[in-house]
Amino acid sequence: MIKGTAEMPKLSARLRFIVGAMALALIVAVAAPVTAQQRNPDSSVNPTASSVREDQLLNELDRISGRCTIPDQKACTIEQPAGRDWRHFHEVTLRWIGAISILGMLALLVIFYLVRGMVRLESGRSGRVLVRFSVFERLVHWMTAACFILLAISGLNITFGRPLLLPLIGPDAFTAWSQWAKYAHNYLSFPFTLGVFTIFLMWIAWNIPNRVDVEWMKRGGGIVGHDHPPADRFNAGQKMIYWIVVLGGTAVAVSGYILMFPFYGTNIAGMQVAQVVHGVAALLFVAVMLAHIYIGTIGMEGAFEGMWDGTVDVNWAKEHHRVWLEKEIVEGHVAAPPPKGKMQPAE
Amino acid sequence: MARMKFLCDADRCIECNACVTACKNEHEVPWGINRRRVVTINDGKPGERSVTMACMHCTDAPCAAVCPVNCFYTTADAVVLHSKDLCIGCGYCFYACPFGAPQYPKVGNFGSRGKMDKCTYCSGGPEPDGSLAEFEKYGTNRLAEGKLPLCAEMCSTKSLLAGDGEIIAQIYKERVVKRGYGSGAWGWKTAYRETIAS
Repeated sequence: MIKGTAEMPKLSARLRFIVGAMALALIVAVAAPVTAQQRNPDSSVNPTASSVREDQLLNELDRISGRCTIPDQKACTIEQPAGRDWRHFHEVTLRWIGAISILGMLALLVIFYLVRGMVRLESGRSGRVLVRFSVFERLVHWMTAACFILLAISGLNITFGRPLLLPLIGPDAFTAWSQWAKYAHNYLSFPFTLGVFTIFLMWIAWNIPNRVDVEWMKRGGGIVGHDHPPADRFNAGQKMIYWIVVLGGTAVAVSGYILMFPFYGTNIAGMQVAQVVHGVAALLFVAVMLAHIYIGTIGMEGAFEGMWDGTVDVNWAKEHHRVWLEKEIVEGHVAAPPPKGKMQPAE
Repeated sequence: MARMKFLCDADRCIECNACVTACKNEHEVPWGINRRRVVTINDGKPGERSVTMACMHCTDAPCAAVCPVNCFYTTADAVVLHSKDLCIGCGYCFYACPFGAPQYPKVGNFGSRGKMDKCTYCSGGPEPDGSLAEFEKYGTNRLAEGKLPLCAEMCSTKSLLAGDGEIIAQIYKERVVKRGYGSGAWGWKTAYRETIAS
């Protein structure tokens, strides 16, 4: 206590000094514009000439706002040249990102298909099947997928339609199509978001990275050659797709809803950022989904039926998802082999 | 042909809002849309200035560049106009515009903004000059009648100037020389990439 009181005067003196220094700095800062005041030819200060100047305001801030008397207070911002940067992004940067990622992915897939071809079922079909995806899982998947395709087409139309489609079909037809595409884009976002959220919940348990994935990644997933590294229900590649869908879907949904609800917690600058995020995330998302569609259809024999019919051949599971198959056998989800001599369906 | 521009001499603007009212009345602009507005900067402080702002009819207009359906066009007088028949109300021009000129009749969400509306420099739209269809969509076409935009024509202090860029720049320059100061040609650097020395 005694020590404390002894130090009190010292502390307050220091405080006084700091406050005094700050006040002095403030006075100097406030007084500075006075020297910048314009003067009349006889060097007297012209009181009406010391006005705000546009170039000075734009240097200090990236936009100029004031007070206005109309109810729409957004109109009180009169100048924000940042639209120029956003325009450059939309006209140049975004189109390059889209062209490189989507055309690049398509080129890669074509080359891969020509070199590697379809990943065949090496041991042929066993004739026995096991359930891979339930009706509910397939419903959610296809709802999300259908929405995604329509959202992708209508979204690509906004960025690439004007240079690519407009010259072909003319302005009236292009506007009619774009108007519907815009409505579809806005309203299909709701089932799409619901689908992404449901996917997140229903498959999270199978998509936590673990040691099996490290081994799978080390062996390159067996994509090159005829290797079949073990995998659980989802291999590391599928887990990556899962997380891209969940995180990419969240990014496009959040940024999309910001654009759909203008001025809810954002301003023009915020919406420009949201559009940048939305555009880049969506284009990369489309590129990744092209690879997903490839490997789920012409890229791999026996893969598509898992999501379409819900069942896969036991040999397919053995080759691609060995760990999962073993678990399913233990849990008794796989029917016993059919007795010898019984008729097999010719396929 | 002239290169039409707007110039607001902020040292003359008295914030009477007559330009705003004239515009709304002349074009029968719907509720909630203000093609022109007056903004006061540093309100109540020394050096306060009011500026009236609408579409500046930019050189190489950003709205026209980003429009996904290419609904904008520039007239022979360098006025930036758009077709409401082609507009899909996406809002992109509104993100790109440095002056907040594009307006939408609906405040609704889910992309139901309606067709974009903005200052036409009192020169209508793609429909035949002076037609009813043109008036209903874009307002009157004064330019076709040889008249300048009403906002500038009726400005009581002649703060807002409209007309050929070189002529109004010359008028502004002379004013600046005579009175010895000027707060700058607001928006000119952004819209036309040029300034008027003051």
